Amino acid sequence: MRRFLLYSLLAIGALVFIYPFVWMVAATFKPEAEVTNFNLFSNSFSFDNYLFVFRKIPVTRSFFNSLFVSVIVTASVIFFGSVTGYALARLRFAGRSLVVNIALLTMMIPAQLTLIPLYTLVVRFGWINSFAALIVPAMMSSYAALLFRNFFMQIPQSLVEAARLDGCSDLRILFSIIFPLSKPIIWTVALLTFMGIWNDVLWSLMVIRDETKMTMPLVVTLFAVGGGAEARLGAQLAAAALLAVPVIVAYVFLQRHLIESLAASGMKN
Amino acid sequence: MSNKKPNRFARIFRHEKKGERTERVGYLMVLPYVLHTFVFLGYPLAFAFVLIFHRWNIYTPMRFVGFGNIRLLISDPLVWRALLNTLYFLLIHVPLQLAVALLFAQLLNQKIRARAFFRASFFMPVVVSGVVVTILWQQLFAFETGLINVALNGLGLTKIGWLTSPNVAMPAIAVMATWKNVGLYIVLLLVGLQGIPTHLYEAAELDGASAWQKFRYITVPALNPTIILVLVLSTIGGFSLFIEPYVMTGGGPVSSTLSGILYLYKQAFVFGKMGYAATIGFFWAIIVFVVVMIQRRVVERTETERM
Repeated sequence: MRRFLLYSLLAIGALVFIYPFVWMVAATFKPEAEVTNFNLFSNSFSFDNYLFVFRKIPVTRSFFNSLFVSVIVTASVIFFGSVTGYALARLRFAGRSLVVNIALLTMMIPAQLTLIPLYTLVVRFGWINSFAALIVPAMMSSYAALLFRNFFMQIPQSLVEAARLDGCSDLRILFSIIFPLSKPIIWTVALLTFMGIWNDVLWSLMVIRDETKMTMPLVVTLFAVGGGAEARLGAQLAAAALLAVPVIVAYVFLQRHLIESLAASGMKN
Repeated sequence: MSNKKPNRFARIFRHEKKGERTERVGYLMVLPYVLHTFVFLGYPLAFAFVLIFHRWNIYTPMRFVGFGNIRLLISDPLVWRALLNTLYFLLIHVPLQLAVALLFAQLLNQKIRARAFFRASFFMPVVVSGVVVTILWQQLFAFETGLINVALNGLGLTKIGWLTSPNVAMPAIAVMATWKNVGLYIVLLLVGLQGIPTHLYEAAELDGASAWQKFRYITVPALNPTIILVLVLSTIGGFSLFIEPYVMTGGGPVSSTLSGILYLYKQAFVFGKMGYAATIGFFWAIIVFVVVMIQRRVVERTETERM
């Protein structure tokens, strides 16, 4: 009896979290009049909503814009984060603890404080409507540098020393000896960064107004907010589904890594 | 130069351990990070304090207004409205989130099959973009055609103006935000629960403790650090609310869902008031900081009182 209760609660929970997504995808294939009922299937299956969305907004283009920005930022955060983290964990130089303290301090600054001044800086650089505005400010992260530093500190110094005797440079040591041992932390940083950049709307909304440069979440947001959808529910849901489905597919494959990364990042805060 | 007293420069840049050689390549390796932080965080941080005292629309030269922005902020009813709205949001969102997360973390911590499946399904809304969730729930909340009202109607209950009545709109958004984020907190609390040694519960059972007593005196104290984390993260999330009111309500009805960031955004990009927007951001940052500090203090104090 107790087990029955346990499983029914869990099943209700799973249904509450998954069913809305299933319903959303199903609704996009239904005619407008049938969007607003619980049925998943309709007699008149159609791609109308998707054709409408593709006609109205640059879906493909914005998808590749998002991919481009997210991949570059993620690669950069991993590269510079690990290089910085390596120096802070493994090399002795004056002012090292100062840099660590600065990194810790920067993480306590609420983002609201620098949002507008950062925007005015980007305007002065002439980066409005360019990918530079989306990429450059996000290229490095204190959080990533500290995560890498903490992880690298656990790697035995003897490994580093042995490589040095063989005449390896520090970058060689980092990328060919330490990196293969650091898969968990690389996953964590990569997934957190990618997700953060991929899902961002506020900053993109501030710096990009040219539709050809917009990221996908921004295009979908503006489609829903500013009359582009002509109040068609099915079309709004179709745009949302186009944004959600690649993420959900990636999630199905990466879910273990992703959940553990996010849990680990939360714990370390 | 016979004076042996080390000069100030040498003292600041003294080596970590005496006698060790300095590895100069270290400077080269941290340089990009330090420069980047200086330009994209240090400079904006300093410039925030300039903006606060100026009126500026970015296109024409700045005008010094002294404490004008701050006076405006104090007497601006919409700023206080946004703050009250956020507190109202937190009042519902934070306890709800904690309760739901605790319940499902407990359920997942039992001996069950398919734990990975359940965990992954609760987590799904966390990874999906906030825009998707907002568009989806806007439909669910719609007055005439929304599935929630359709269901209420079917049960013979009256429809509720989820996003159209001022008293209900913010709680509705709080429920949606809980649905979106609770998966993360379920996982965090589950990790915490799995770290509690089972012998504590066995000992308590021998002493005849009830399920509630075990929860109250073993589980809750052991989870305390995780609970603080849940409180702090969901509070910070509440103060960053933007996309939900931006898409669903535009801050309405009658400013009942206006959030701090939405107001800041409007001041900057609808009215072109960069100085005032920066002042709102500054004010908001102070509030976030103070609220988080109070939370930690309160949770830590209740903890020590219990011991």
